[in-house]
Amino acid sequence: MPANLLPYLRLAGTALTRAWLFIVFFGVWWFWSAGSKNLYFPPLESIVKALWTQWATGPARAELASSLEHLIVGYVIAACLGIGIGAALWSLRYAREATSPYLYFLYVLPAPVLVPAALTLFGIGFTMKVVLIAFAAMWPTLLNTMDGMRGVDTVKLDTSKSLGLPRWRNLLQVVLPAAAPQIVAGLRNSLQVAIILMVVSEWVASTDGIGYYIVNAQESFDYVDLWSGIIVLAIIGVVANLLFVAVENRVLYWHYGARAVEGASR
Amino acid sequence: MTERDITESGVASGTATPVVSLRQVRKVYGSAAGPRTALQDITFDVARGEFACVVGPSGAGKTTLLRCLAGLMPPTSGEAMFEGAPLRSVPAGIGVVFQDYGRSLFPWLSVVRNVDLPLRVRGVARAERAARVAEVLTSVGLADAGRHYPWQLSGGMQQRVAIARALAYRPDLLLMDEPFASVDAQTRFELEDLILRVRDEFGVTVVFVTHDIDEAIYLADRVIAISKSPGVVTEIVDITLPRPRDQIETKRDPAFAAYREHLLGLVMSR
Repeated sequence: MPANLLPYLRLAGTALTRAWLFIVFFGVWWFWSAGSKNLYFPPLESIVKALWTQWATGPARAELASSLEHLIVGYVIAACLGIGIGAALWSLRYAREATSPYLYFLYVLPAPVLVPAALTLFGIGFTMKVVLIAFAAMWPTLLNTMDGMRGVDTVKLDTSKSLGLPRWRNLLQVVLPAAAPQIVAGLRNSLQVAIILMVVSEWVASTDGIGYYIVNAQESFDYVDLWSGIIVLAIIGVVANLLFVAVENRVLYWHYGARAVEGASR
Repeated sequence: MTERDITESGVASGTATPVVSLRQVRKVYGSAAGPRTALQDITFDVARGEFACVVGPSGAGKTTLLRCLAGLMPPTSGEAMFEGAPLRSVPAGIGVVFQDYGRSLFPWLSVVRNVDLPLRVRGVARAERAARVAEVLTSVGLADAGRHYPWQLSGGMQQRVAIARALAYRPDLLLMDEPFASVDAQTRFELEDLILRVRDEFGVTVVFVTHDIDEAIYLADRVIAISKSPGVVTEIVDITLPRPRDQIETKRDPAFAAYREHLLGLVMSR
């Protein structure tokens, strides 16, 4: 065997150890469902075709676009509010101590129960969905921001004081970066909540989005489309997570680097 | 000059304002078991250019004393002054080096940016900043490490970065809290010589807290011995060993052994 093939083989081996379950799962599904006449359990082949004809080239592209629009706008607002309010509450002790019981109360409240209230307040349009996503997804980031900032090492704060950093520089250049690993963990939870709320907000009294498409398909007994919608949601989740990890690895490069060094010296 | 200006009680008698002066500094911490006195009636001065070491057993309130000196913590009673003014916060003219470099350096900033930060805060112009950062990093022997992150360096090198950062803005007073306690013995000797060299180079006054008597004698012009609970000054010893000091020659000096015996007696007796 030529030696220069070896790295490629190794790469293929790594890929295979990670992907085998995925391949087996879809392989079994594909062959087991092939030629199925069961209305509720359509062949995977026709679902994949629907992915192409409906989502990639067909009319469902509009639903995908509007869902992504809700998700992105809602999530960005949630992230900004979460970090902003978290940082503000960290710096304002009285506001923090007065509000913290309510914050945890709102955090544990299952956000989907707010859908009816949001409907009456904001109607059925874009605003309702974005408000709902932003409101529900804000909490993990907000609470993690507060906790992370409260947990900053006192030696770092003393150092910051001894170097003469004024209040705002201390916040932006010491406290926020030191809390960044925990803030990012909050942002990741917020992303998951945002995706859930994206679908849930489209289920009820909506005229667009992937959630609307799925409910509509179910009500018209179109189970191929129903399944294709679910797969599209899964793909959105995976892609969003990959993007998140890519950004995280850049932003927290120093954190993972320092942790690796710490681990190696033990 | 320093020895003549200072009387036996440790209080400056000359006309020059001492860099540091402590008057009856007392610090009491409240705890579940009742109030605990960490420092009691601490009074001494440190003159400009002097290298003062504070020694004492662990639990003698050395770190408390340093935090009062830095303006990081107000004393319960008495007065801590820097250049004649009472300390309310950390003045721009004080640099602090903490024991744990892993906690005091900012791991999200490269070495250069760590050292640069206090200069940015002080509004130093860009070109001047670059020159000063290069200067202090060269002084501590890290001219080529600037682009690394602190955690990519060894412990001794990280503490050098912390020293460079504290010197970059040219403070009048450098406060060091057991700065070499977490590095190996070899590195420790190197860093002791390094701090003596940069002290001459930058003309900075140093207050150096340590529990290591040998280290205190080796470095200091004066050793301030404090005892344990409550921390009181037991004696202030002038160290008249010749300079420049040398790890082998100085420590072989019979006077060094005499200082050590005397100070060890003070620290152990309580």
